[in-house]
Amino acid sequence: MKKVLSLVLAVVLVLSLAACDKVTKPEDVTVGFIFVGPIGDGGWTYAHNEGRLYLEQELGVKTIYKESVLEDQTVEQEMRNMIDQGATIIFATSFGYMDYMEKLSSEFPDVAFYHCSGYKTTDNMSNYFGRIYEARYLSGIVAAMKTETNKIGYVAAFPIPEVIRGINAFTLGAQSVNPDVEVEVVWTSTWYDPAKEKDAAIALLDGGADVIAQHQDTAGPQQAAEERGAYSIGYNTDMSAMAPGSYMTAPIWNWGPYYVEQVQSVIDEAFVSTSYWGGMNDGIVELAPLTANAPEGAQAAVDTAKAAILDGSLVVFAGPIMNQAGEVAVADGASMADGDMLGMMWFVKGVIGSVE
Amino acid sequence: MTTFLVAMVIAGTPLLFATLGELLTEKSGNLNLGVEGMMLIGAVAGFGAGYTTGNPLLAIMGAALAGGLAALIYAFLTVTLRANQVVSGLALTIFGAGVSSFVGTNFIGKKMPVEVISAFVKIKIPLLGDIPVIGDVLFNQDYFVYMGYMIAIVIGIYLYNTRFGLSLRAIGENPSAADSSGINVTVYKYVHIIVGGALCGMGGAYLAVVAVPQWQDNITAGRGWIAIALVIFVKWNPYLAIFGSYLFGGLSIIGFRLQHLNISPQFFDALPYLVTIVVLVISSIRKSKEDSPPKGLGEPYFREER
Repeated sequence: MKKVLSLVLAVVLVLSLAACDKVTKPEDVTVGFIFVGPIGDGGWTYAHNEGRLYLEQELGVKTIYKESVLEDQTVEQEMRNMIDQGATIIFATSFGYMDYMEKLSSEFPDVAFYHCSGYKTTDNMSNYFGRIYEARYLSGIVAAMKTETNKIGYVAAFPIPEVIRGINAFTLGAQSVNPDVEVEVVWTSTWYDPAKEKDAAIALLDGGADVIAQHQDTAGPQQAAEERGAYSIGYNTDMSAMAPGSYMTAPIWNWGPYYVEQVQSVIDEAFVSTSYWGGMNDGIVELAPLTANAPEGAQAAVDTAKAAILDGSLVVFAGPIMNQAGEVAVADGASMADGDMLGMMWFVKGVIGSVE
Repeated sequence: MTTFLVAMVIAGTPLLFATLGELLTEKSGNLNLGVEGMMLIGAVAGFGAGYTTGNPLLAIMGAALAGGLAALIYAFLTVTLRANQVVSGLALTIFGAGVSSFVGTNFIGKKMPVEVISAFVKIKIPLLGDIPVIGDVLFNQDYFVYMGYMIAIVIGIYLYNTRFGLSLRAIGENPSAADSSGINVTVYKYVHIIVGGALCGMGGAYLAVVAVPQWQDNITAGRGWIAIALVIFVKWNPYLAIFGSYLFGGLSIIGFRLQHLNISPQFFDALPYLVTIVVLVISSIRKSKEDSPPKGLGEPYFREER
């Protein structure tokens, strides 16, 4: 009797193992997203959420998300919750989540972790980001062709390389069509405070700027420009509905295709831990369509520069580039390595402000 | 300089409403830490009412009503059930943030209709608006700003020059003494907590309807907490609240204009709180009776314990 029982058990075991071998169906896969802001911010988190919706629609996977997660131990708890709910892929979309994700990745080797905008990887944790500075370069062209005072205001978030790189690329783009343009920077020390960021933009407009660009995830600066009859460059998503009278264009994110590609690779059991920094070539960053507020000829100038970026003949951070003091920072004929760009803590010539 | 002062008053207006609301609540002896939550509820209600009806008056009234209803929850918990005020207030903040996000999902990406925006453009008051500097700063603003300091003055007169105001202050100082002199403590507390909540709601609505007339989640971004600090800073005085709010509004934006002096922006972010601590230290050293909080603040009132 015992023999029969063990035989039956063995058969059951073999069958269940065979069942495991079956290809994972997308609808059985749960993907978790950790967001730093609310999905209604109309900016950074909104863009990621659009990517999440695109992923659901394309692959039919189940997604769960958590908004406004603090960049501290909270995120660890939230990720554990998601794993408890069956998530086998997790995207965390803010810099401050990096160390917590790294820690969890060793504890849960069967979960695929993706961290946005950081630099750490482990066996089962990739990081990913986009070269938004390429699109910012293009938006700088539009702004410089529009300004009459030759002063562009830039409402900046925090003095970290990501933001500084954006300001520099924007300034280089602006100077490519108008060498006299200056870009004045104010720091708000916020990613998300619409009213405060609007106040910062007003301070810049009071100081003589007539075009406003921004790095935060809200439409506050756009509305300041609209109220004052000035013009503006948005960020993250197409902001034309929020300030129809001032908005010209915006460097925008398009995360959807990347999310689909990565989740598909996990479903196919082809996950490889990588550091991904995609540019306009991959379509992960773009310049939003120009509106009627954009100056005449801007479309042509943008198209030319964009084509040059796409075919590699235009590299944004290629020398000669001067720093604020007028010293050569990148020599003629050289261009910055990714590592230097990721650690950029200085302004190019033509930026008013300090990185402190 | 004038442009800075104009921006300062605008930045201070949501703080002024919230501060007056909390001040009125604290005068009745109740500490309501739910200011942030009530502001957010007011913001979403004001935006919703303005967006769906296109009527600026309904936007304001919707915000006030919603803020008042949120405060009613707090009043029921702390006055009738005598629950812990600090815990109830914190719960209200969390509740308010959640409700605001939840209801706000309907308004994502939506913009305030032009009828409402145009109702809150700057309107110059004749004569007064022509005074140099002061005219531009105080009398060439939108209706909401005017409403802010008018309400502060009305509350001032109410508190210090009417019988009701006297009774209210008596309740805040010593509810049992007030009760024995025939004042209906429960009714007073309810009324002032609710009106206070309505004012907080209007402060939130200023942000969502006038300052950034497009739905943005969590638009208050911590201003409710600054308002609570402001009540201490202005020593529970509604007249001082006008100056205090504008000052704190100014402190929150002065950094943008002084960055070329190479002062860290974080320093300016911390400044409002530093100033509050300094005021607390000074007033506790002076031990003046007028500067101290209502004595019964934070204590639930049990009639039977008299």
